[in-house]
Amino acid sequence: MKIIGLIIVVVTGALLIYAAADFPAWSDPASPASTYLSPHFIEKTMEETSVPNIVTAVLADYRGFDTMFETTVIFSAGVVCFFLLRISRREEEEPETRYYRHVLTGVTIQLKEGYKIPPSDDFERIDAAWTPPDLIIKTGCRILIPFVQLFALYVIAHGHHSPGGGFQGGVILGASIILLAISHDLRTAVRRMSEKLMAILCAVGVFIYAGTGALCLLLKLNFLDYSALAEVLHVDPITARSHGILIVEIGVGIAVMATMIWIYNNVSSAGRYRQGL
Amino acid sequence: MTDLISTVIAKYNYWIYITLMMIGLYAMIAKNNLVKKIVGMNIFQTAIILFYVSIGVKKGATIPILEHGHGPDAHHVVHAVDYINPLPHVLMLTAIVVGVATLGVALALAIRIYNNYNTLEEDEILAQIREK
Repeated sequence: MKIIGLIIVVVTGALLIYAAADFPAWSDPASPASTYLSPHFIEKTMEETSVPNIVTAVLADYRGFDTMFETTVIFSAGVVCFFLLRISRREEEEPETRYYRHVLTGVTIQLKEGYKIPPSDDFERIDAAWTPPDLIIKTGCRILIPFVQLFALYVIAHGHHSPGGGFQGGVILGASIILLAISHDLRTAVRRMSEKLMAILCAVGVFIYAGTGALCLLLKLNFLDYSALAEVLHVDPITARSHGILIVEIGVGIAVMATMIWIYNNVSSAGRYRQGL
Repeated sequence: MTDLISTVIAKYNYWIYITLMMIGLYAMIAKNNLVKKIVGMNIFQTAIILFYVSIGVKKGATIPILEHGHGPDAHHVVHAVDYINPLPHVLMLTAIVVGVATLGVALALAIRIYNNYNTLEEDEILAQIREK
């Protein structure tokens, strides 16, 4: 198998390198990729959408359908992870023995035969494999996380004028919650952002995107033609396109954030939502 | 000789991506461990992302964000040669995030396989399937 693989790889690589001889030279301004459509985007974006960041304008406006279905792909990936890991776990019974830790004193209580303590601020439920998080890491991350989230919101909101947008901001926002799960433990993160909330936010993000498109349809223009929003937003059609991009980017940000956290929670705990695999 | 050097300088970036891509392809074909196959898939994907980003480069151009878009300095004549091609960036922007999401699905599948067969080695899994 290894030798067959090596032969396949070498032959394919040789063919590709042979084909690369016909490619345009690196950084050639007259290369085919830069000649037909992209000059239109670069020269007309400002007057057509009033968004200086061409990448954002192309992403959410000119190629709006593509991005909408990319968001749907991300949503389905989150749902697939949930179905693969979580659904089959439902049949597994909850462990008979539960552990609770008194937050102030650090005393751990073991409850057998399925007894529970009602949720309160005094006790937090922990796993059998629980180890106390390191104080320096815990404190450092607690200081860092709000700033990470603030930066994520800046990246989403400022996607029109600087590198950024829904995808990048959503990933940073998701990373901040994943950082919480790594530095504390998974239960802490799930307590902040529950599984149900993640599932709802995933769908809400896609819904905001598709809903904006459908709203344009209702306002008698094409699907995802944001200039239709001018009536609703009381601005001229070009500014409406810019605002429409922002609305859509917020939807993308929410969907990406929720999916990243959801996938992390499911994969890191193999669907158990407990510490470790 | 100078001809050869100029060809190498103009094309070596493609060769690097092809090499990277073939490393990924080899890992996907020949590696026995499923996680290593997933790593190979990611290397393959990275090669394609690098390839696309390099397509967008133009000599002497800057990032595709218009300078002085709004405000008093706003000038409305924009020349396409001053900005790099935004299209590959758009495609790869979504591809990176979708890649992470599909990586999550791949890992979830690997976890399920491990739960069923207690191994991630392909030959051991196949042997177990044949026994049944």
